[in-house]
Amino acid sequence: MGLAKRIIPCLDVTDGRVVKGINFLELRDAGDPVEIAKRYDDQGADELTFLDITASSDNRGLILHIIEQVASQVFIPLTVGGGVREVEDVRRLLNAGADKVSINTTAVLNPKMVQDAAARFGSQCIVVAIDAKKVDNQPFEWEVFTHGGRKATGLDAVKWAQHMVNLGAGELLVTSMDRDGTKIGFNNPLNRAISDAVDVPLIASGGVGNLQHLVDGVTIGGADAVLAASIFHYGEYTVQQAKEYMRNHHIEVRL
Amino acid sequence: MAKIDIAVVDYGMGNLRSVSKAVEHVAQGKSVVVTSAPAEIQQAERVIFPGQGAMPDCMRELDSRMLRDSILHAAANKPFLGICIGMQLLFEHSEEGDTLGLGLFKGDVKRFTANQMLNDEKIKIPHMGWNQVYQSKPHALWKDIDEATRFYHVHSYYAEPIDPALVVGETAYPKRFCSVVAQDNIFATQFHVEKSAQAGLQLLRNFVYWKP
Repeated sequence: MGLAKRIIPCLDVTDGRVVKGINFLELRDAGDPVEIAKRYDDQGADELTFLDITASSDNRGLILHIIEQVASQVFIPLTVGGGVREVEDVRRLLNAGADKVSINTTAVLNPKMVQDAAARFGSQCIVVAIDAKKVDNQPFEWEVFTHGGRKATGLDAVKWAQHMVNLGAGELLVTSMDRDGTKIGFNNPLNRAISDAVDVPLIASGGVGNLQHLVDGVTIGGADAVLAASIFHYGEYTVQQAKEYMRNHHIEVRL
Repeated sequence: MAKIDIAVVDYGMGNLRSVSKAVEHVAQGKSVVVTSAPAEIQQAERVIFPGQGAMPDCMRELDSRMLRDSILHAAANKPFLGICIGMQLLFEHSEEGDTLGLGLFKGDVKRFTANQMLNDEKIKIPHMGWNQVYQSKPHALWKDIDEATRFYHVHSYYAEPIDPALVVGETAYPKRFCSVVAQDNIFATQFHVEKSAQAGLQLLRNFVYWKP
């Protein structure tokens, strides 16, 4: 017995509200953030991730209120990502109650920001999010994309992951853009390649459609944590069910 | 000055909101302050000493705020709870930046050795997540907490006390290390009680009502 593999529900936030999308088009209010966070906490979620998908920078600060409210009543680790551009953004989120901050596009545009944030607040709270896609036109297999998967960077995802860890990332959130939203499972070869190349924990993301996918993410992909949104939001499975399933497949979980 | 039941020491290292909110949650009706004022720490009935980030920065910030004496005074006189770096700082020395600590406890803070294997996978550093804590010794703060309960850990370094009698809790990663030390009025955990759901809140509740 020892360290448990983590299950992390991911919540989308826009303009200060938690929302869920219907076929990526219509965003519907998903309810009170504190209530949702409490429900996942009660089900045994190991952490929660909030992803700010607010389009306008004017309203991006609104997520701070959500984090403040949730952190006052839910006592498990909280990660916040989306629109984190400066070291000052990291500070604001941590002060609001976030335990970790996830940096994505800015890590590519300004890698020094990752280094500065890790030096100032410690690697334990700096997550670098990597969106990767399988490519044919490069000497490597997976390329890093930014801006929600729209912009190619020319960077090899595995080498990029190592570089980010060298700069101070304490954890990596790896999303397969090929798999995101497909419900056919994580990109396990991608996760395995990165997990074996770095010493820090890896969170697998993108593609979960059933509970076996969570198991495969750990056993095949080498993930230390698995992140999922839709299977939990739409009530297909509870976190508790996911953990029981994983335990029955000989994965250590917190139950 | 109004009565202070619990002072959470603020020396600029890390998010103390989570700590104070968790304490307020279990200590309703008690006054909880987050403070860097020596007078408030001196006056408080109980002191919580958290910490995040790198140990050299923590020691520097502590000294720049002239808090060393207040911490040592509190640790000698009143219920005192160290959390994470707040535990590591109680020791003599840390490998992290070759830093001298407060020296209350003899021993070193060491980094996990890379490339150790566990269940055919190499261990990751930082040690991050929910791991089981074995209660090496009985203690009042273990009240209503089961043996091998999981707490949330995030750290790359761990304390190694020279005196084994200080060890009241251990965690395995993959070898067992000391994750809780206690002596008289001092209790200190490597894991984050404020982020450990019900188990963490229970430990905090035990601390709030502890009469060492």
